[in-house]
Amino acid sequence: MSESNLAVDTTSDPATLDSTALAPDKANPLLRVSNLKTVFRQGDSTVNAVNGVSFDVRRGETLAIVGESGSGKSVTAMSILRLIPSPPGEITEGEIEFDGRDLLGMSDEEIRRIRGNEIAMIFQEPMTSLNPVLSVKRQLSEPMEVHRKVARKGVLKRCIDLLRQVRISDPESRVNAYPHQFSGGMRQRVMIAMGLACEPRLIIADEPTTALDVTVQAQILELLKDLTREHGSSMILITHDLGVVARYADRINVMYAGKIVERGTALEIFGNPRHPYTLGLMESMPSLNAETGTRLRPIEGQPPDLSDPPPGCPFHPRCRFAVERCKQEMPPLEQLSEEHWKACWVEDLNAKRQS
Amino acid sequence: MHEALVQNTPAAAPARRRGKRFEFMGRLFRERPLGAVGAMICLLLLLTGVFADVIAPAGYNAINPIDRLQAPSAEYWFGTDQIGRDVFSRIVHGAQLSVIVAFAATTLSIFISVVIGVTSSYFGGRFDMYTQRLVDGWMCFPDLILLIVAVSVLGPGIWQVILILGLLFGIAGSRIVRSAGLSAKENVFVHAARSMGASTLRILLRHILPNVMAPIIVLYTTRLAAVILAESGLSFLGLGIPPPTPSWGGMLSLDGRSYMFQAPWLAIIPGVALTLAVFGINMFGDALRDLLDPRMRGGGGRYVAQVRRKPKAEPAPVNAQPTSSTEV
Repeated sequence: MSESNLAVDTTSDPATLDSTALAPDKANPLLRVSNLKTVFRQGDSTVNAVNGVSFDVRRGETLAIVGESGSGKSVTAMSILRLIPSPPGEITEGEIEFDGRDLLGMSDEEIRRIRGNEIAMIFQEPMTSLNPVLSVKRQLSEPMEVHRKVARKGVLKRCIDLLRQVRISDPESRVNAYPHQFSGGMRQRVMIAMGLACEPRLIIADEPTTALDVTVQAQILELLKDLTREHGSSMILITHDLGVVARYADRINVMYAGKIVERGTALEIFGNPRHPYTLGLMESMPSLNAETGTRLRPIEGQPPDLSDPPPGCPFHPRCRFAVERCKQEMPPLEQLSEEHWKACWVEDLNAKRQS
Repeated sequence: MHEALVQNTPAAAPARRRGKRFEFMGRLFRERPLGAVGAMICLLLLLTGVFADVIAPAGYNAINPIDRLQAPSAEYWFGTDQIGRDVFSRIVHGAQLSVIVAFAATTLSIFISVVIGVTSSYFGGRFDMYTQRLVDGWMCFPDLILLIVAVSVLGPGIWQVILILGLLFGIAGSRIVRSAGLSAKENVFVHAARSMGASTLRILLRHILPNVMAPIIVLYTTRLAAVILAESGLSFLGLGIPPPTPSWGGMLSLDGRSYMFQAPWLAIIPGVALTLAVFGINMFGDALRDLLDPRMRGGGGRYVAQVRRKPKAEPAPVNAQPTSSTEV
């Protein structure tokens, strides 16, 4: 484990987290998702992509959702904005409350006014998420045209201003360019600018840096962090990159097979992982501080088939700590400390690890 | 593209756009000379149609009984018909009619194709299923039967012909637009637009439509030629534009056929006019398709043309593709 290296990343955070940002908002979150279930039906089989997920997003915080492909992270995000294609997808259960308003009960017109306006989404493929036939100006102005009544001159000024905010140089002329004249990183900046156009209170970033190279990744994430801080908005950061999470998230939800298996502050998740899956993720991550010759330990096996999940805890077939109970009963999410929760029957994970 | 980015000041933008248009014309002449010929024929047809009243020396129905069945001469360039009407004037006016019918019916058909194709592909599911079965059903009827039935119900006339041809070609063409729409709607930017709160209409008009424009342009040019042919066919059968309005098809059938041996120019000249018009439009359409879509077989498009000009550049990607696993 790489506690020392993580401690460096998070030292500044806990102080700010506990004292100022989080505590007052805890009772009054910006977004509250409870017992969300999203399924996809195909013929006779039903895939439970999101299977009873509950979490809060507090005002001003960055919440990360971590998990491997197919764990339901993106579906969770899409469900919040009701962007699940239907059919085959359907939200069968649960509640999503945004600032006291029930998103699932809204009419199509009402949810459309929330999208891009109060909740914005940034997608993972900057190369294809801009329309190739429209100039950057026309795409940037789209959310404003949809949600705000802004005069044409005002729109151009705002577009240039947005490009400047996402640190694109020479915005006055770039605003007339087309997406193919931009690099991947620049396109993602344009996407972020589009997301910010209406100053949303929540930004959902669905793997915003997956298609970008490492140096650009860091820039984009810094940018997102700065901008959300400036505007006081909250962010849901969806990723499978633990390095990203450690640095930029306040709290972390670890998802596996459509369920949240562990939740805590970044420090707790990295310093004291209590779910075998989280532990597995940590152990399979290379560290600069590890002793030479230490082997990475991958998580054996494959994620379960969600149309036919194993009984009990969905992780038990791959879990080296699994006990008999894991095969029969799904463990509930149990609270370990103020912010730390886990869903696992194994009590003393750390002791078992040593032996 | 890099140069474009460098000189990307607002003042340079219109100049760049104009430059691109010239560049396209240049490519048309260089890489598709036949297409350039086609373009000129199209232009000639269009101008003749627009300025028919100025160009034609006589009215299309001006009868001069003394000069019946005159062979082409300096006075009557294309000769005269059995009641002494100047064939050149009738061909010119016929061009006008062809242009009106061709553009009106093609525009109508493209409109129908786009509405059916785009909505059917975008909404998908059950709506797509029902729409496509209706299209299937419509296409089961032979075109000619539909035309004959429609004309006998609506009566002959230019607007009826436009309506019928527009409907006929429009429904058949919706397939092509639909297939383009199916791939366009899977683009991430369409999902992104939805996540930004764009309405369905806005997504269709702003994100789907511009991205299916390429096949629509090609469809438009091919349909133009087909409509001219179909209109002539209808007129030939007496189901199109009623006489004395000159239509090339009608001229072929009414005058040409009856006097084929005494006055062969009566059949040859409208026939040549038709052939030329259709040839020109088809050649221009093909050239457009090749130039706009470099993946189209037969024309390597811009990339191959560049490689050909500079023989030492890397080989064309067509040959560079790895052998597929089935061949291994």
